[in-house]
Parts: sequence; C-alpha cells; structure tokens
Amino acid sequence: MDQATQDRLRAVVARRWRIGSALTAVMMLGYFGFIFLVAFDKPTAGTLIADGRVSIGIVLGALVIVLAPILTAIYVRWANRHYDPAVHALREHDKPPPDAA
Amino acid sequence: MTQVSVLATQTSSSSLGEANVAAIASFLVFVSITLVITFWASRRTRTSAQFFAAGGKISAAQNGFALAGDYMSAASFLGIAGMVSMSGFDGLIYSVGWLVGWPVITFLIAEPLRNLGKYTFADVVAYRLRQRPVRIAAAISTLTVVSFYLIAQMVGAGELIQLMFGIEYRWAIVLVGGVMLLYVLFGGMIATTWVQIIKACLLLLGATLLAILVLAEFGFSPLELFAAAQRKYPDAMSPGAQVANPLDAISLGIALMFGTAGLPHILMRFYTVPDASTARRSVAYATSLIGFFYLVTFILGFGASVLVGREGIAKFGAKGNMAAPLLAETLGGTPFLGFISAVAFATILAVVAGLTLSGAAALAHDLWGHVVRKGKVDEQAQLRVARYATVGLAALAVALGVVFEGQNVAYMVGLAFAIAASANFPALLLSMTWKRFTTRGAVASMITGTVSTLVLILLSPAVWKDLLHHPEAIQPLKNPGVITVPLSFLVGIVVSLSSREPEAEAAFAEAQHRMHFGPTKP
Repeated sequence: MDQATQDRLRAVVARRWRIGSALTAVMMLGYFGFIFLVAFDKPTAGTLIADGRVSIGIVLGALVIVLAPILTAIYVRWANRHYDPAVHALREHDKPPPDAA
Repeated sequence: MTQVSVLATQTSSSSLGEANVAAIASFLVFVSITLVITFWASRRTRTSAQFFAAGGKISAAQNGFALAGDYMSAASFLGIAGMVSMSGFDGLIYSVGWLVGWPVITFLIAEPLRNLGKYTFADVVAYRLRQRPVRIAAAISTLTVVSFYLIAQMVGAGELIQLMFGIEYRWAIVLVGGVMLLYVLFGGMIATTWVQIIKACLLLLGATLLAILVLAEFGFSPLELFAAAQRKYPDAMSPGAQVANPLDAISLGIALMFGTAGLPHILMRFYTVPDASTARRSVAYATSLIGFFYLVTFILGFGASVLVGREGIAKFGAKGNMAAPLLAETLGGTPFLGFISAVAFATILAVVAGLTLSGAAALAHDLWGHVVRKGKVDEQAQLRVARYATVGLAALAVALGVVFEGQNVAYMVGLAFAIAASANFPALLLSMTWKRFTTRGAVASMITGTVSTLVLILLSPAVWKDLLHHPEAIQPLKNPGVITVPLSFLVGIVVSLSSREPEAEAAFAEAQHRMHFGPTKP
C-alpha cells in the first residue's frame, strides 16, 4: 500500500471513530441526562403534563428509548452511503493493477 | 420460594399454575418445530465454523431477530412488566437502561469485531497481543459472566415453569437443560439462531397482541391508559424507591450501558454474518426490535396495574413477575394465558442455549484451541471438544439451578452485566483503538474487572446483608459499575504504559487495516 492510500485509509478510519464516538456521546448524554433528572430532581420528573395524564419523566424515558434506534439509523445510513464506498474504493485501489500480475 | 408457598398463594380467580391445555399444546408445538429445525441444522453442522458461527451465512434481518431473541429474556418480559405494574415509573428506568447499550455496540464494536475475530471476542483482544495470557483471562471473564447469567435464567426458569405449568422445580430445570442441550449439541449455532428467531417472533407477537388488547380498553390512547393508572395508583407517574440513592441509579446505568457491549453471547452473534456491513445492519434491526419491545412491555405493565390490579398480581409474588401472564388471562382467557406462558418458557430455553454456546466457544476455541493446543488445532477435534464442553455446561446449568433453588437471584443479571462492562468492554475497546495497549495491560484490565466486581458484589447490601445476614453492608452500591468500569480502564492504561510491547505496536497498522477492510486478501 502506498503512502497516499495509507493516509486516505487513516482519514476514513479517523472519521468513522469520530462519528461513532460523537453518536455514543449523544446517546450517553440522553440516557444519563434522563437518569440524572430522575435521580436528582424527582419533582420535575414527576410533573404532570397533557392535562395531568402523564408525567414528564415517562415522556422523556420513552423518548430515550426512541432515540436509540434513531441514532443507530443515522449511523447505518452514513456508513452505508459514505463509509462503505470509501473503504471499497480504497480496497480496489489497493489491488495490484491487472497488468502487473 | 417453595412449591407449597406458591400453591398456597393461589386463588380460584386464576388458573395460573394448573395444567393448562393451551400452554402445554403451544409448548409442544414450539419444541417439536425447534427440534425439527435442530435435526435439519445438525446435517449442516460439520465444522467448527458452522458450530460456532453458522458458517457466517446468516442475513442482517435474521441476525437482528436472533440478537433480539438472545437479549429479550423472560426477565425483561416478565420482570419489567411486573416492575412497571407494581411501581409504575421505576420500571421505565430499567427498560431504558437495557436498551441504551445497543447503539454503543453499533457505533464502536460490531464492525471491527466482525472483521478481526472468528468465534469469540477474545479473538479481537488477542489479535495483536500474546495469545495464551489474553485467552486465559478472557475465558475466565466469559465463563464468569455466563455462569451468573445462567444462574439467573435457570432459577427464574424453574420458578416460572413451576408456577405456570405446575411442574416440579427440579423437573423444570432438567427439562430446560435437556431440550437446550439437544439444540446446541446437535444444531450448534445454526439451530440456536433459528430458535432465537422463532422465539423473538413469538415474543414480539404475543406482547404486541396483548398490548393491542390493553389499548383497546382505553380507546387506543396510551395517554388514557396512563391517566387511568394514575387515578388508581397516584404514585405510578413519578420516581420512587428504585432511585432512592442517585449513585445507585447511575452505577446501574453504567453497567447496563457498557455491559451489553461486553456480553459474550451477544458479541459472538456478529460472527454469524458474512461481513461488517451486515453486522452493522443487523444491530440496527435488533435495536429497533428491542426498543419496540420495551415500549410494548411498558404498556403491558401499566395495563396490568389497571386491569388486574396490584393486589391481584402480588398474590403470585411481591415482585409482580406474573403481571403479564395474568393480564393475558384477564383479556384473552385461559388459552391466551397458555400461549403467553409457553412463550415465556421458549424465551428461557433460547437464552440458555445462546449462553451455553458462548461458554462452549470460550472453552473449546480460547482455552483448548489457543492455550492447550497453542493455535495448532484440528477442526474436527475442536468440534468434538466443543460438544463435550456443551454437555459439561448443560450439566453445570442444571446443577446451578438446583443449588440456587429458592435464592433471590435478581441481582445476578445485574452482576453479569457489571462483569461484562468492567472485564470485557474496556479491554475490547482499548485493543481496537490504542496502539500502546499491551498483553499485560489487557490481562490486568480483565482480571481487575472480574475480581473487583465480584468482591464489591460480595460486600454489597444484596449479598453481605440480605444473603449472609451481616448487620450492615461494607459498601453501599447495589451495582458496582461506577467504580469497576473506570477502574478497569485505568488499570489497563497504567499497566500498558509501564512497559512496551514492540510486537503489539508493530502489528497495529495491520490490525487497523483488517479492522476496516475485513479479512479479505488484497
């Protein structure tokens, strides 16, 4: 593998780790935000909304559950559209040219 | 809980615990179909790669359902519905926690794992490092996680089946162990995968049907259901006793979030798909299915508290584990109760099969293949060892179920998650991302994670005070994740920095290449 290809691979790899870490951080923020609210501010979590039918805590909990598949979908979409083609292109590039064989 | 006390608490208002024709029929149909599949799979299970990884031929959707099947245990179906029915909001904290680890698997673990490994997560940790020490440490942590998970499943299975089918506890344990053994021994990963898929479909179908019946009572409005729950039990909407200690809630959260990404039987499933892209899509399926399932469970819990009532549920156990089956009986009569009971039974069978297979992989692939035989393995011999290991683990599962009969094992799944989060996850992540990570660092991190979690659990309120009857617990945390996960990362990093391992550093570039390009040769 030549130097330019190696640099491009490194860039693709770094981008994947960056996006993966960023999405992990969003998930942690959402989840631990919910846990911190529940643990340290129970009155707010128990506040009723929607004509007193449901509490803020229940709505937020359901939203954190929904957040997980949404973030996953964002990542899979990105990886399918950008990451896979980039890796595929590099892999093709990495192959020895047919006439050299 | 003894059989006598269980039977004594029963009232004539429910047929739960009596031989139920629908339950037995549904269960027999399930076992017959899965055994036919096992027979079919046994003719396709001739190599280690087929036994451990279904030959890498499982599709993204299939693996997504199988992952969901591996993960949605009877504990989450019955336990969370029960907790929501008995205490409302607090049950939600658990359902949220059980799900949030999945995106972490997608973002950080699934693809590199698929590209670097073969059958176990130790393949990845040991890729650049010295094989034997890493494999031994990984096998210890894997078998510890599997054992505690098995105890929780087997004891739960025995009590559940005794309660639902009226079979004696020990016979229930032997039945679970025996049928599971047939699946794994003859059908390996192919049969186990299909058992998981069928079970996941049944569980989702049963839970969804039940939720629709509940919502039909409230004009198909979840808000009306919540309002009714609140009118009946005003405390249902706000946090209660489960989060009395904030640090406990956070600690459990850490264990659940990172433990999911360290469970050996879950990680193993990524080797059953052909490539990293399929692995990634399969987790997306699994995350959606599990998320949907927990939302449905939540409706079941509130539905049970309104339609059955906490008093009625508590007659069958104070924790409310029978909330979902009782709700099924209320809304769909005895046949629906029977169907839900059979689904719960099938769920336990499938989870136990998945656990046993991952334990067998640690014994046959990591310990026998790489430690005893130093990587020079004959495929057929390895398959034979894997089958001996399966029989041994099935016997162990039955023995653990018998030994722990009547114990409160609710903390054991949390313990399994805490060990997976502290022993497996840090070593796995560091080995994939950090060039300077060394053999010593990996071993130290995995052993620290396993031992520190075990010691802190021993000194925790659940064991030191409740089980061993000491007056005060030595440390107050129910789940030690908040201490042990950072500790394992720290130990792994400090020990790695204390010495250099040039071979491991030199192999980093190649490992990175393979992690992203896959094992295909250029």
